[in-house]
Amino acid sequence: MTTATTPLRTGRVTQLRVLNSEWIKLRTLRSTFWSLFAAIVATVGLGMLFSWGFASRLGDHRHPIEHAATIAVTVPLRPYVIAQLAVGVLGVMVITGEYSTGMIRATLSAVPGRLPVLWAKAAVFSVVVLVLMEIVSFVTFLGGQAILSTHHVQATLSSPQALRIVAGVGLYLTVVGLLGTALGAIIRSTAGAIAALFGILLVLPVLGEVLNLTSWGKHVSPYLPSNAGGDLLTNTPDPGSLGPWTGFGVFVLYTAIAMAVAAYLLKRRDA
Amino acid sequence: MIEAKGLTKRYGDKTAVNDLSFTVKPGVVTGFLGPNGAGKSTTMRMILGLDRPTSGSVTVNGRPHADHAAPLHEVGALLEAKAIHTGRTAYNHLLALAATTGIPRGRVDEVIDLVGLRDVARRRAGGFSLGMGQRLGIASALLGDPRTLILDEPVNGLDPEGILWIRNLLKDLAAEGRAVFVSSHLMSEMALTAEHLIVIGRGKLIADTSVTEFIERASAGRVKVRSPQAARLRDLLAGPDVTVADIAEGTLLVSGLTSDQIGTIAGDNGVTLFELAPQQASLEEAFMELTGESVEYRAPARTAERSAA
Ligand SMILES: Nc1ncnc2c1ncn2[C@@H]1O[C@H](COP(=O)(O)OP(=O)(O)OP(=O)(O)O)[C@@H](O)[C@H]1O
Ligand SMILES: [Mg+2]
Repeated sequence: MTTATTPLRTGRVTQLRVLNSEWIKLRTLRSTFWSLFAAIVATVGLGMLFSWGFASRLGDHRHPIEHAATIAVTVPLRPYVIAQLAVGVLGVMVITGEYSTGMIRATLSAVPGRLPVLWAKAAVFSVVVLVLMEIVSFVTFLGGQAILSTHHVQATLSSPQALRIVAGVGLYLTVVGLLGTALGAIIRSTAGAIAALFGILLVLPVLGEVLNLTSWGKHVSPYLPSNAGGDLLTNTPDPGSLGPWTGFGVFVLYTAIAMAVAAYLLKRRDA
Repeated sequence: MIEAKGLTKRYGDKTAVNDLSFTVKPGVVTGFLGPNGAGKSTTMRMILGLDRPTSGSVTVNGRPHADHAAPLHEVGALLEAKAIHTGRTAYNHLLALAATTGIPRGRVDEVIDLVGLRDVARRRAGGFSLGMGQRLGIASALLGDPRTLILDEPVNGLDPEGILWIRNLLKDLAAEGRAVFVSSHLMSEMALTAEHLIVIGRGKLIADTSVTEFIERASAGRVKVRSPQAARLRDLLAGPDVTVADIAEGTLLVSGLTSDQIGTIAGDNGVTLFELAPQQASLEEAFMELTGESVEYRAPARTAERSAA
């Protein structure tokens, strides 16, 4: 009666199957939907608002804005700073949600190799966030420029650095989310990992500004994760910054290191 | 089949499981008993490869859990803390687990029906009652049609109907030739469900015995007798291995004789008996006696309380 009527003993755990399992897990939680919804609304909504605000300043001819055409490239995409929080929280919860509910024990006893679970979570999350946020980024950019076009200063995708910045938003947000996943796997508590992630994204840059006041700090602050990552998304870099791809590379490197630590701990620690 | 050899787990200075060796055989329900903090859950987590033993080893169906290509087909587990994401529906929970091993959707429906969750399968597990949660946990355990089952206190918090259901389910699973390993605090529950017992206290093995043997030993000679001629009976029963205690007016508690023997002696001597009751209820007492020294968390003794007052 409890015996399966369908023959089952053919199955074995493979990375592909674990990917499928993690895809099912991701799409069957409301928190996934709500975090992504928040990220999208923040990006598009605030992007339009910023563009509209910039446009009205452009309309004020008594105070002309210098380098308006350059600034116009990034204005609609500024809300990435907000969107990264929603994406980061989702990245964290992909793993801490399992620890807080105990689900991790079911997961790890089904996949005792453990690492396939981490890779699958990272992969599924990356693909979803990358695809979605790239679309959102392009839509926001084009929408924002449509608003700006009323003042004839709009940028296009062929403006200098524009394509890199627009495509960069999706890349940057994906890596932020992955950093969240790595921190989640290391810290194993939602609150703790979110605090750590927000500290890195929001507090460190402030620290960086303080560092910039010292002679040696100037050489350190470009290497802070958020500063390095942010290089990809600006066309007015701070003096001494690492440059878009080098900076982003450094940010990816930090995330890769965090992920390696996460993998090591996941394998070693008691679940 | 589960084989533990010298299994030991330390958390810091605390030894949760201490040099534990035992075998859980297929075809029978093996009860895993011990007071709170004895190390039952820790042992079960080590069997599943969730906690790493400090020393010793344990195999499931002949191999360490992690060495199986498809662990869900080898061992199914219901853990003490519900291992279920509260935000996911029962169906999706099972579907995600099944996917890791390529278990078809049809099997998910099958186990949902098996545990009687069809009506609530599309509801989120967070809203489930204790009993529904246990049923979902059991559905997860059965998903891969495993040869070995590990259940940590499956009857905890269940109503009598749920307890009966689990009891029969476990027996059926064992009758199908599976190894079934169930932990509990309740000796009386295990006496009804299990055939074999492994008893631990403070992480150490105290007893590895069949339930029948345990019960015989536990209730050996403990018989409650009520008679209007209690004093006379007391003299008649006296013997070298027999102890008789007065527990109330006209009521004796006899150890060292079976109820058959007492009844025969009374009959031969024309002593009227109102009651002749082998003390099955002393199972819990026997259990407590057995684990007495190894109970870790206990209320202060009554006498101590009184003398302090
Ligand atoms: N992760 C841990 N870290 C530190 N100590 C632990 C950990 N897990 C268990 N312990 C300790 O190990 C001992 C055994 O705990 P365990 O949960 O295995 O007991 P148990 O027999 O399942 O108890 P109960 O009947 O209350 O469920 C306890 O003293 C507990 O405090
Ligand atoms: Mg326990």
